[in-house]
Amino acid sequence: MKREEVPPPYTAVARHDVFPKPTHDEAARFNFLTALNKYLSGTIGAGNKLAYDKRVLPAFRAEHGRDPQNRFEIRHAMNRDPWHRFWSACKRNSMEMRQQNGRSIVLRQLDTLDARAHELNEGRSTLQLDPAVTTPRYQNAVDIHCMPGSYHGEHRAGDVSAGANYDCGIFATTGGGLGALSDGGGQALVKWIKKERPGWTPKRILDIGCTIGHNIVPLALAFPDTEVIAVDTAAPVLRYGHARAQSLGARNLHFVQLNAEDLSRFPDGHFDWVQTTMFLHELSGKSLPKIIREAERVLAPGGLMLHLEQPQYSDEMPLYEQFIRDWDAFNNNEPFWSAMHAMDLKQVMADAGLPRSNQFVTGVRAVVDSTVFPEAPSGENEDHGRAAVWNAYGAWKPQP
Amino acid sequence: MNDESIDWIADAGTRAKGKRPDFLGNPSEERMLSILLAVAGEVSVLKERLDTVERLLESKGTISRADIEVYVPDRDAAHERSLMTREYLARIMRAVQQDMESMQTDEKPVADISTDLRDT
Repeated sequence: MKREEVPPPYTAVARHDVFPKPTHDEAARFNFLTALNKYLSGTIGAGNKLAYDKRVLPAFRAEHGRDPQNRFEIRHAMNRDPWHRFWSACKRNSMEMRQQNGRSIVLRQLDTLDARAHELNEGRSTLQLDPAVTTPRYQNAVDIHCMPGSYHGEHRAGDVSAGANYDCGIFATTGGGLGALSDGGGQALVKWIKKERPGWTPKRILDIGCTIGHNIVPLALAFPDTEVIAVDTAAPVLRYGHARAQSLGARNLHFVQLNAEDLSRFPDGHFDWVQTTMFLHELSGKSLPKIIREAERVLAPGGLMLHLEQPQYSDEMPLYEQFIRDWDAFNNNEPFWSAMHAMDLKQVMADAGLPRSNQFVTGVRAVVDSTVFPEAPSGENEDHGRAAVWNAYGAWKPQP
Repeated sequence: MNDESIDWIADAGTRAKGKRPDFLGNPSEERMLSILLAVAGEVSVLKERLDTVERLLESKGTISRADIEVYVPDRDAAHERSLMTREYLARIMRAVQQDMESMQTDEKPVADISTDLRDT
């Protein structure tokens, strides 16, 4: 068996200064979950398509006299299939177990983690929290990806538990596909821009919905003379993200608590790169275009707007694939996932003032140390919704 | 290390906000599967811990609990342990995998074949 077919151990995770320290058994528990996730998406994931082709689709045709017309019809039909139901139940449990393990690791050492974060955060102008920022409804209607407390939850006032739990479990959920610091997405952006615009140094970068900053730290380190601002509505992940960034040496990276629907604290054209990574699907139908409009306003002419997401659904994407990519929307608390992926993002960007002729879409794959970490499988063995393979939806803002 | 002011054991199991989907159509079955998968995970943890103990004993002769906590498998050991977990999962998930395979075939009940064989 090829080495890359078995996931790396949890001990390969990089331990920065605020990373929760797992015991031997806690690491082993994440190893089991990594293997379980890989088993469910890889070894037996194909069973879902088999159930669809062999019995769900024929039964649908017999009942309705036609093929399913959209992914929702497929979902309703598949949700009656015993094999898919059992697979989904296993998958849901693996997500819940990941949360329990992460929280257990974090909460038992919360004093130490909070103290370390406090040391790295206290008195630094690079962390700006604003208690007046409220949690938007789309962030607290449910706990996103079954993470108790979501990004904004606090176990006690001022803690970093939400960020620490999020950080320590990404490795297990993605089978190590994002690398030692779970930053394969950010590393990919660095690689992409160095090739796309060799020698370009942006003056200012804005990262919207940064959570713990794992995808912005690589950019901040790659452009040490750039002023990088990462924003989020949730203080607990910003506290953790700032401490994490400081310990990784990203001193040019500012974390600011704000709701990006209103970026009025920044003047027009302030940034020459505005981006989100895996963020748009956690918004809502009204907030997404609002944020894109604000992002366009603060983007300088000639600047870059970039959004990293799982592929959007289109008429070219088979309905079955749309259905399986939708799994997290309904089974892992991602309530905007389905609607977002069906949006015409290009039109949203065009409406915000970035004409289609200036837009581009490019495939991006996580950049990881391939001697230790596996390349993320795509296609039939892909872990839909979590695979470290994305589309970048971007635009260069027209010069006047 | 443990903060006595919070009940981290209880709080680790906090439920996520959002109605849980009904997968199996029967709450008892849902609970049984949750317990079974958690126990399966714990068995895997025990197996990995035993493997750590064996490897440390082999290389050092005598070990302490602290040695277990700081053990980091090298590349080969990590690969062997990862394979061990994969093999373990393949065994406990056998029924699901075989159920998947059975969807690819259209088999008659063995009783029917038995009748066929009797008469032919």
